[in-house]
Amino acid sequence: MDTLRTLKTNPAFVPTTPKRAVGATALYIIQRLGLHAIVWLGAITMVLPFLWMFSTSLKTQGAAMAYPPVWIPNPPLWSNYIDVVNRFPFGLFALNSLKIATLGTIGQLASTSLGAYAFARMNFPGRNVLFVILLATLMIPGNVTMIPTFVLFNKFGWLNTHYPLFVPSWFGGAFGTFLVRQFFRTIPQDYNDAASIDGAGHLRIFASIYLPLAKPVLATLALFTFMNHWNEFLLPVIYLTDQDKMTLTVGLSYFQLQYTTLYHYLMAGTVLSTIPIFVMFIALQKYFVRGIVMSGLKG
Amino acid sequence: MTYQTQRKSGWLTVTRRRKVQEAGLAYLFLLPTLIGLLLFTMGPVIAGFLISFTNWNIFLPPQWVGLENYQTLVSQELPHKVFWNTLYYTALNVPLNMIIALGTALLLNMRLRGVAFYRAVYFLPVVSSTVAASLIWTWLYSPNFGPINYFLGLVGIQGPPWLGSTTWAMPAIIIMSVWKGFGTNMLIFLAGLQGIPQELQEASMIDGANRWQRFWRVTWPLLSPTTFFVLVISSIASFQVFEQVFVMTNGGPAYATTVLGLFIYLNAFRYNNMGYAAAVAYVLFALILAITLAQLKLQGRWTHYEL
Repeated sequence: MDTLRTLKTNPAFVPTTPKRAVGATALYIIQRLGLHAIVWLGAITMVLPFLWMFSTSLKTQGAAMAYPPVWIPNPPLWSNYIDVVNRFPFGLFALNSLKIATLGTIGQLASTSLGAYAFARMNFPGRNVLFVILLATLMIPGNVTMIPTFVLFNKFGWLNTHYPLFVPSWFGGAFGTFLVRQFFRTIPQDYNDAASIDGAGHLRIFASIYLPLAKPVLATLALFTFMNHWNEFLLPVIYLTDQDKMTLTVGLSYFQLQYTTLYHYLMAGTVLSTIPIFVMFIALQKYFVRGIVMSGLKG
Repeated sequence: MTYQTQRKSGWLTVTRRRKVQEAGLAYLFLLPTLIGLLLFTMGPVIAGFLISFTNWNIFLPPQWVGLENYQTLVSQELPHKVFWNTLYYTALNVPLNMIIALGTALLLNMRLRGVAFYRAVYFLPVVSSTVAASLIWTWLYSPNFGPINYFLGLVGIQGPPWLGSTTWAMPAIIIMSVWKGFGTNMLIFLAGLQGIPQELQEASMIDGANRWQRFWRVTWPLLSPTTFFVLVISSIASFQVFEQVFVMTNGGPAYATTVLGLFIYLNAFRYNNMGYAAAVAYVLFALILAITLAQLKLQGRWTHYEL
């Protein structure tokens, strides 16, 4: 968990350490204890809903509906998970989600890094205007483009297929292009000059200098894109109709419609859909932090 | 002399050719981006605008109806309610989210044991899908079996029926959204806090400023560009809220939580009113543009850029 230390702690905010009086030391200890109490209370509030989800997923239907609430199911009913997988094709949903998220992520990395290189290191007429237009598209709500895009994909005959869910990611995007471009601009121009004296063209410089150096930022972008595709809900709701094509998020919401009162099953399904993304977050959290820090700050 | 000029112009054409070549290559690099911009953004923005002047159920050819959709939108009561619901959600969600995000960022910027662990924990809801989080919270809010009303009962408060109540459904969705979303802003604020030079904090400490003064005189002004950025992106996102409403209440009870995002979805894909839905989407677009431009205009009054 300690990779979130990439953000340093700031000593300026540490209470001044008074060594003079006993009273001041006592006050300091009380302050520190209070501080820890607040931070703990907040952490518990953040985690409690997830613990509740997990606990409910292991209950009998009776215990799930019990009042006052049962906190720790005894005995834990692990068979709920087997029941859920037997009733609803969660494995298939997970495969669909994985396919869409992987294809979308690959396309997004390829298209945005190429575009980012052009914006960062190449001269062409209209560069700045185009970049501003691209950034301005961040203001356009998805609701505006959703209807015409649906009509377009309908013309392509892509309704009830996975294409509409990942193909747009193959064609760039403001957030990714901006993120990678910002990173490319931190690579010294001297590398370009040296390489072009050696006779390398832009394509060569991009592929053998910029891409390898940009691994961390590409990892960050990959993570965000993957997570967004995995968690996406509106698009699969609009485009997918067959159950065997559904993703985990939509599958889960249909599951809810069918088993409204079977909360122990519903929570087991929610656990199944959440675990992969949590595991990924815990394993790769420093890239999450870096992405937010980079996109949020260096405007 | 002729030789000279010839050579010079020869050089010129060589550099120009190189420039043209580079520009051509640049456009080639940008080809996916340009296609995406035209096909999935600019094209749809224009097409959507045209669709908003038609009556179209997607199966039959569209009929041009002029301003009819916009007139319906203005004259009917429901779109007004939906509009106000969206503003209500944004007006509460954005400030609450930002205050909690800044508060936790200040806390987690201190020298604490296990600070990295805490940061990860506070960020956890951001990673989970909104659908999963909505399902969990629907259950937490359950008036009869849910733990929230159980805890309220322990301190002697009779909990409201939350998602079943026209008064409490929207606050319930806002509370869930703040919990789900503030982690991102917390990390942006943390990054902003780290960008504040140490010397300024130290200098103000030496000058005898207490913590309160240090925050308002040093931290707050220097953090203002970050605060501005967070305000703009949070507002844009808030106006488009959809998933939690779709899963938790589906707009009910009695349209109390029907927001623009849901209203557009329902009209387009449930009632097949593409034209009307496009018109509502354009109103949402105008709203976002207006708010963003207003924020840009006002930022000079309160943000402070260090030069």
